[in-house]
Amino acid sequence: MDAANYLYLSVLLFTIGAVGVVVRRNAIVVFMCVELMLNAANLAFVTFSRINGDLNGQVVAFFTMVVAACEVVVGLAIIVTIYRSRRSASVDDASLLKR
Amino acid sequence: MTTSSSLVYLIALPLVGATILLLAGRRADKWGHILGTLMSASSFAVGVYQLTQMLGRSNEARPVTQKLFEWISVGSFKVDAGLMLDQLSICFVLLITGVGTLIHIYSISYMSHDHDRRRFFAYLNLFIAAMLLLVLGNSYLNLYVGWEGVGLASYLLIGFWNQKPAYATASKKAFVMNRIGDMGLSFAIMIAFATLGTVSFDGIKAASEHASTAALTAIGIMLLVAATGKSAQFPLQAWLGDAMAGPTPVSALIHAATMVTAGVYLITRSNFIFDAAPTAQLLVVIVGAITLIFGALIGTAKDDIKKALAASTMSQIGYMILGAGLGPVGYAFAIMHLLTHGFFKAGMFLGAGSVMHGMNDEVNMRKYGALRKFMPITFITFGLGYLAILGVPPFAGFYSKDKIIETAFNAAGNKGLILGIVTLLGAGITAFYMSRVMILTFTGKSRWDDDAHPHESPLLMWLPMAILAIGSVASGFLLSNGNALVNWLAPLFAEHEEEAERLNPNLVSGLALAVVALGVAIAFIKYSRQEVAAVAPEDVSVFTKIARKDLMQDAFNEAVFMRTGQALTATLVKTDEAVIDGAVQGVGSMAMGSGSVLRGIQTGFVRSYAALILVGAALLIGAIWMVTK
Repeated sequence: MDAANYLYLSVLLFTIGAVGVVVRRNAIVVFMCVELMLNAANLAFVTFSRINGDLNGQVVAFFTMVVAACEVVVGLAIIVTIYRSRRSASVDDASLLKR
Repeated sequence: MTTSSSLVYLIALPLVGATILLLAGRRADKWGHILGTLMSASSFAVGVYQLTQMLGRSNEARPVTQKLFEWISVGSFKVDAGLMLDQLSICFVLLITGVGTLIHIYSISYMSHDHDRRRFFAYLNLFIAAMLLLVLGNSYLNLYVGWEGVGLASYLLIGFWNQKPAYATASKKAFVMNRIGDMGLSFAIMIAFATLGTVSFDGIKAASEHASTAALTAIGIMLLVAATGKSAQFPLQAWLGDAMAGPTPVSALIHAATMVTAGVYLITRSNFIFDAAPTAQLLVVIVGAITLIFGALIGTAKDDIKKALAASTMSQIGYMILGAGLGPVGYAFAIMHLLTHGFFKAGMFLGAGSVMHGMNDEVNMRKYGALRKFMPITFITFGLGYLAILGVPPFAGFYSKDKIIETAFNAAGNKGLILGIVTLLGAGITAFYMSRVMILTFTGKSRWDDDAHPHESPLLMWLPMAILAIGSVASGFLLSNGNALVNWLAPLFAEHEEEAERLNPNLVSGLALAVVALGVAIAFIKYSRQEVAAVAPEDVSVFTKIARKDLMQDAFNEAVFMRTGQALTATLVKTDEAVIDGAVQGVGSMAMGSGSVLRGIQTGFVRSYAALILVGAALLIGAIWMVTK
């Protein structure tokens, strides 16, 4: 099977994630879209690792997973705190710094 | 050359007097005037002593020098504060201190009712000191200090009664117009230093023999500008008439006898420059010729006795400048006229002061008349000065003015003819306006105000007038007898050949007398045969109106210099506000403006930030792709 197909899938996933981040209001969904983009990047790394025949890409993918796990911890904590105080998880409502 | 250690006393004595009087304040009110007069008189005594010493030496040994201290020492450039008393300076020293002392004495009485008399004497002493420094300095830089000093003293004394705004304005006007001349002098010094490398009289005299004509012409023209400012010559003459705001003794001393002749001194002192720069010398003659007619014309229309005399001063200094512009042959005659003028004009000014003293400070001659019987001494002394300025033999003006007219006629080519006719014409107009002053003031019917009680002035006032009147009678004969002054001054000036006589000297004298007689006759017909109105008539010819307005000199200055000056400053203010302030404020408002535009990007919506990051990343990647492709 042609490795390029994995790259096409990666681009597709990344685009879906990016559009989701820009378009959706719910913080949880935006968060999941960010995860989607990270995983799209991971897929690209692994694919390039396979194409080039070395392990560099796969090592970076592990790092990305660790970063993503940390991000989930901090991000979810923030979202939950915002939800508790504002009774809303909409990112558009959280624009207090503007004023 | 001889050295002496007593020159400094000439200047130091009046300077100490001024310092004491200014610092002592009201405590000196009782004796201030006596101290001031004594200081001036003792300076005169030192001057007489110097003259007797000088007379005993040969021509070459006559100049006396004294080094005071090293003033400026920068690399190879050295200027000593030094004094030099030579045959020319001694004439001025004796005139300044002699006439100055007489006027101090006169002022004791004239200013006795003024509670600021002490300050007046302090300024008079300051003036004497500064004027002596001017004529005693051995370099242009030392002269410059004195030059500025007399300008300051003149300013202080014109504005002595500065509680009247018009007088304060007059003093400012004199000061500002003098500054223009002073600038000329400083330029002359700078050019001299740049091209000749020295500023001392001796140094420049030696260097001028090898210097380029262009440099000498530039120096000469700048010196002429300086002379026109201080001596109230065309085109910087407008301040002298207003300077009559000062007390009358000031007008007599500073604005008739001494300070205003500083320009003549400057040109005569710089004779080596002008002799080597014919263009500058020609300009000197032209300035003198214009001013002598200009002043005389103004004199014909003035009803204010002091302003008429001021216009006359302007005109007479025009004669001196013209004489000095004629070159080596004329310098001595210019100085001779300066000395005789110092006597008769100071005497007439003091006479005018005496008349004002008796007439409640009225200056309008149309309100005088018939004062001869009430002020006999003033009439006689003023009359002797009058005969002297007219040039009637054997009075002083005859010897000095006739010589200038004669020398003017003898100048080569058409120049001589034009100058001769101009000087003759000036003599005629002088005769007319001075006769007018005499007739309006002393003869005819009285046109006094009701509260006027004319009376003769006290001894302290008429004594100086009498002494000056004797000078007006005798000085001309004494100075020209056996060519005394010409021979005395001869070592200072370049040798010159006798010029061919265009006209016989006796014929010139005859012509001058005829013109003078004509002027007197016209004045007699116009003012003695007809009734004189106590109020100046309004239905006069346009020429009279122009002459009453000082030949439009103020209007001209206002239109040409003041308005353009104001326009210039207005433009500069606008430029400052628009360009300089605009640039500074523009930086600030640009930061604020761009900030308020960029602030719009900060919506507070996370999604729009994300979109911007996305677009930015896309652009970055696109750019890298474009470059590396």
